[in-house]
Amino acid sequence: MQVSPSSLASVAGNREQRVPGTNLIGSGLETRGVHAWFGTKHVLSDVSLDFAAGTVTALIGPSGCGKSTFLRTLNRMHEFIPTAALAGEVLLDGKDIYAPGTDVTKIRLRVGMVFQKPNPFPSMTIGENVLSGLKLAQLKKNNTDELLESCLTRAGLWSEVKDRLREHGGALSGGQQQRLCIARSLAVEPQVLLMDEPCSALDPGSTFKIEQTISELAKSMTIVIVTHNMQQAARVSDYTAFFLSDGGPGVMVENSPTSKIFSSPTDKRTEDYVTGRFG
Amino acid sequence: MTLLENKSAEIPAPREITTKPRISDQIFRGVVTLGGMASLVILGLIALFLSIKGFHILSEEKFSFITESRWEVITDENGNLAESNLGIGAMLVGTFLVSLIAILVGVPIAVLSALYLTFYARGFVKKFLISLIDLMAAFPSLLFGFWGFFVFMESAEYWAKLLNKYFSFLPFFDVPAPIFERSPFIAGLVLAIMIIPIVTSISREIFDQTPLDRVQAAYALGASRLTMIRAVVIPYGRGGVVGGAMLGLGRAMGETVAVYTVLNVVYQINWQTLFGAGGNVASLILLKFGEAGPYEVDALMAAGLILFILTLIVNAMADLLINRFGGKGR
Repeated sequence: MQVSPSSLASVAGNREQRVPGTNLIGSGLETRGVHAWFGTKHVLSDVSLDFAAGTVTALIGPSGCGKSTFLRTLNRMHEFIPTAALAGEVLLDGKDIYAPGTDVTKIRLRVGMVFQKPNPFPSMTIGENVLSGLKLAQLKKNNTDELLESCLTRAGLWSEVKDRLREHGGALSGGQQQRLCIARSLAVEPQVLLMDEPCSALDPGSTFKIEQTISELAKSMTIVIVTHNMQQAARVSDYTAFFLSDGGPGVMVENSPTSKIFSSPTDKRTEDYVTGRFG
Repeated sequence: MTLLENKSAEIPAPREITTKPRISDQIFRGVVTLGGMASLVILGLIALFLSIKGFHILSEEKFSFITESRWEVITDENGNLAESNLGIGAMLVGTFLVSLIAILVGVPIAVLSALYLTFYARGFVKKFLISLIDLMAAFPSLLFGFWGFFVFMESAEYWAKLLNKYFSFLPFFDVPAPIFERSPFIAGLVLAIMIIPIVTSISREIFDQTPLDRVQAAYALGASRLTMIRAVVIPYGRGGVVGGAMLGLGRAMGETVAVYTVLNVVYQINWQTLFGAGGNVASLILLKFGEAGPYEVDALMAAGLILFILTLIVNAMADLLINRFGGKGR
């Protein structure tokens, strides 16, 4: 599909551009020279990126370019793959999350994650799913009813499920399940939220609702979203980073304000990708 | 216009949808059905055989066959049957008691080792332990019996005395006389060790299948390994663990040689687990079979039939349990 860059740029331009350092909440995240390997395969090379507090950054690029791998290095989910290795630093509010002696569960509490496929816990009710993080991380909370309502409201799901909190999560539609998963990750009050293609398994209507939710959440946290959908990147993000692999390890080609990436990218390869010449 | 007309027209009856399977498919279906039915037929024939042989004993002894605890067959000088008093009450109680101890002790250990193997053990240790446990599952039960009798008995007796000393206010830890050798407690422990491998294998396989996306979801919410296992793995694996425990229970209930070696077979209903008296149905059959006359053999068949029915009931209950508690976490 050939997309004219100007149409994407105009979508991106519709967003109110936010600039780091102005009234923003959340925690900043910064990577320095991140490399990643699976076994001996070098999949990601030298990625240094800044995610300023309170911004939304989209990671785009063709399949296999390492953007999901990169996302998973940001909350230490990368190391769950048995042969995974990493070099470089990931700084959360200036502190390296891979430093020896770091409590990894605390990192994941501060940097939440929403996955590609909705994955509510089927043994729990809708309400229990939202509050599951408290139990899993062994946090004490007094007013759980209030928390439940506020998380579901922020995820844009409250009005749809408020009378069915005792039903099981599996009874919801795919889009509702994904918003339930967002609500679940909000309950532990993360400062950064990572989203790995959160809409790729959903229909356009659900995608629209999730994008609304993202815009709403962006007011109070830092968001990094991997997406295959360039329109989505244009609609929801302040910054866009373009990843690419030429068969070797993936590299970050360009990171710019979203409107610039889609109107006047600096790199020829970025331009070819956003105009639909490949990918 | 046509749309409206169609609406008023008659709604047709649903068509019958059929397919004609290919010849190869039909043949394969036949082969598979044959295989599937074979086990059912064999099981049915065994039940039938036991029923035919044992029926006249059951109709003669009536209910006392399962409530009374005697085993007397008196023959006159010509070898004809003079009098008989047969009842397997004590053996049924023994079967329950020994199996129950085996399950209570064996299943928790098996579940813990399955969790260890799935989520903690790595590399060589993991491979080694898994093959060791599979090897244990194939171990002849006679060897467990010997080991229980010659090696394990002494220390188990010591534990039994300790339990008796401090917990004798609990009726099942009390004893009528200080005989701690060859008790249901010791037999139960030996059986527990016997069933650990199979329950571990089954639990491990089910834990291994826990969907990765749920595991990762839990970790992404700041779960530790312990809380992740509690929230995700246990609900998912519960049904499978119950199934594995029931297989273990089946093995424990039918176990013959190991129990025969370790347990002191006595015709007296004994609920006191630490006291050296007991027996189970299978070990009774083994004990009596060699020297039994034709009438007594039939009685042993009847005992076998009762054991068979008991096992079926236990398995049916296990299915109910799995359906009731197992499905939710899936």
